Amino acid sequence: MAREAAFYEFLLRMGDNTLILGHRVSEWCGHAPVLEEDIALANTALDLIGQTQMWLGLAAEVQGAGKTADDLAFLRDAWDFRNLLLVEMPNGDFGQTLMRQFLFDAWHVLQLRALTASSDARVAAIAAKSVKEATYHLERSAETVVGLGDGTAESHARMQAALDYLYPYVGEMFLSDAVDAALVEAGIAPDPASLRADYDDTLARVLGEATLTLPEARRARGGGRDGKMHTEHLGHLLTTMQWMQRAYPGATW
Amino acid sequence: MYAQMVKSTGTGLKSADEMSAEERAFQARIDAGEKIEPKDWMPEGYRKTLIRQIGQHAHSEIVGQLPEGNWITRAPTLERKAILLAKVQDEAGHGLYLYCAAETLGVSRDEMTEMLLDGRMKYSSIFNYPTLTWADMGAVGWLVDGAAIMNQVPLQRTSFGPYSRAMIRVCKEESFHQRQGFDIMMKMAQGTPQQKAMAQDALNRFWYPALMMFGPSDKDSVHSAQSMAWKIKMNTNDELRQKFVDQTVPQAEYLGLTVPDENLTWNEEKGGYDFSEPDWEEFFEVIKGNGPCNTDRLAARNKAWDDGAWVREGMMAHAEKKRARKMAAE
Amino acid sequence: MKTEWPLWEIFIRGQHGLSHRHVGSLHAPDAEMAIKNARDVYTRRNEGVSIWVVEAAAITASSPSDKGPMYEPSESKVYRHPSFYDIPDDVGAM
Repeated sequence: MAREAAFYEFLLRMGDNTLILGHRVSEWCGHAPVLEEDIALANTALDLIGQTQMWLGLAAEVQGAGKTADDLAFLRDAWDFRNLLLVEMPNGDFGQTLMRQFLFDAWHVLQLRALTASSDARVAAIAAKSVKEATYHLERSAETVVGLGDGTAESHARMQAALDYLYPYVGEMFLSDAVDAALVEAGIAPDPASLRADYDDTLARVLGEATLTLPEARRARGGGRDGKMHTEHLGHLLTTMQWMQRAYPGATW
Repeated sequence: MYAQMVKSTGTGLKSADEMSAEERAFQARIDAGEKIEPKDWMPEGYRKTLIRQIGQHAHSEIVGQLPEGNWITRAPTLERKAILLAKVQDEAGHGLYLYCAAETLGVSRDEMTEMLLDGRMKYSSIFNYPTLTWADMGAVGWLVDGAAIMNQVPLQRTSFGPYSRAMIRVCKEESFHQRQGFDIMMKMAQGTPQQKAMAQDALNRFWYPALMMFGPSDKDSVHSAQSMAWKIKMNTNDELRQKFVDQTVPQAEYLGLTVPDENLTWNEEKGGYDFSEPDWEEFFEVIKGNGPCNTDRLAARNKAWDDGAWVREGMMAHAEKKRARKMAAE
Repeated sequence: MKTEWPLWEIFIRGQHGLSHRHVGSLHAPDAEMAIKNARDVYTRRNEGVSIWVVEAAAITASSPSDKGPMYEPSESKVYRHPSFYDIPDDVGAM
């Protein structure tokens, strides 16, 4: 695969993850279980939106078609998106949101850490800034998963249900394709499969403390990061997120 | 304002002769500009009025997250989304600071929350109006935050220490809120004809509700007189409303938008604008619960609270287990 | 079951070299979450480099009625302040 094309795909994958997850988390604003959590969730969403501006900004630059990060965020259709299916899954209850966050953060930190050594200086710089934010996200989401998993019978049951629901989407993080091969070749990004062992360690430690049980391994649900088959949820998210840009094309806000 | 129609407890202002020695000493401290701190002696009426006022102010911040939160997921650009989210998050923070200030008076946040949820405590009438277009994000920031700042800046000098400190923090953080709203309005007023029409429509819908935020004329209110003597209300409603109109009209002119008031004229003699009163009947209906969004706003707050119960309980149960394990290990 | 999280008092060191200063309070189930909540609530504008949290119930405060006996006796100890002493200018900086 041509290096530039693979690089663009990679940047979309990074930026679409943070775009879609940031959007999901922002849906909580004003509705969280307690004020302190409301404020913390907004911080997470703000970090992710900021990272999106950097990744998609670079993607637009690499694409070289005179577009902006906003164009990429608001004017592509579902099949153009390259985010993991995990991040487009609906918020569900607070437990499901935090479980999704934890499962993502645990991967995100490893990925960003590896990217700080990227052969592309722009990627390394974005990763260096983002990894600090993601490290805090992981600390917070892991502590909450532990608290709720090891809380009451009800909170335990809800967290186990969230894990059972979301775990099938974890495998997609570690699938490799031609894009990944080209990136590894160029020293831009790590082979996804190489992150799996550390990821499993984090999960085992945190879920053990949370007294939660990893579900039986099932076939990984893929189709997000290569855009081949998103879930039905993504279209509804985009319908909301892109409404203004679609309804008033070309306007400046 | 964020705290409207707060009734102070008691029968109105007492003369020095009618006060007990303690009350006289208390009033003297306030007159001398001293701050009252939570453990200091205070009249029961002062404490109760403050709980009502700070509580209502806090509730307004929390319910106030909803009309703007309504547009976070539809913000037109990434930057606008980040700004709006940061602003609505600040409101949650301001609610938090204010609840903490009220908690120093011997009421818990949960108690206050329950009183909001079952309607025993109020929040500002303004948040019972809907946000229908993106221009409303501009109008709310510009007009609603603008009106709130008018009230909150003087409240930094209020007599109750924790309230004063909370207001200082709030004012510092809020300084960008009104500006971001005006910035949205500027972009739209200079944009396409459709955008400009949207901006005008937002001004039309929010102008009178913004004027209502200051509450009805209170120049003869005994409650206001008492609150002003205690320095928990710093200006009359009419003073603040006039100041707001005088400040806002030129801004509307700058935007090229029309304030929806045919009677609006500059009065050279008083050095301010003459303007139409809002429909006070509508105001009282909104306060009573019959505004466009009262039911939905309270339902949203109730849902968040009820749906979150298992989270609050779960986190607490884990913390208690952790403490027990730690003690057993020692 | 009463589930309101305890109240914590938050102290933040604004810059290296300064003391921690009381900035406000918040609720959290335990000390670890109180630190995280403090980070999210009270350092949103880059306000801190270090956080202390203390459960509000653990603070013992002086009583306002003790104000006289507590603080006034020190008012008469003027000799504790450098301005009490007249040192001739000729002596130089001291």
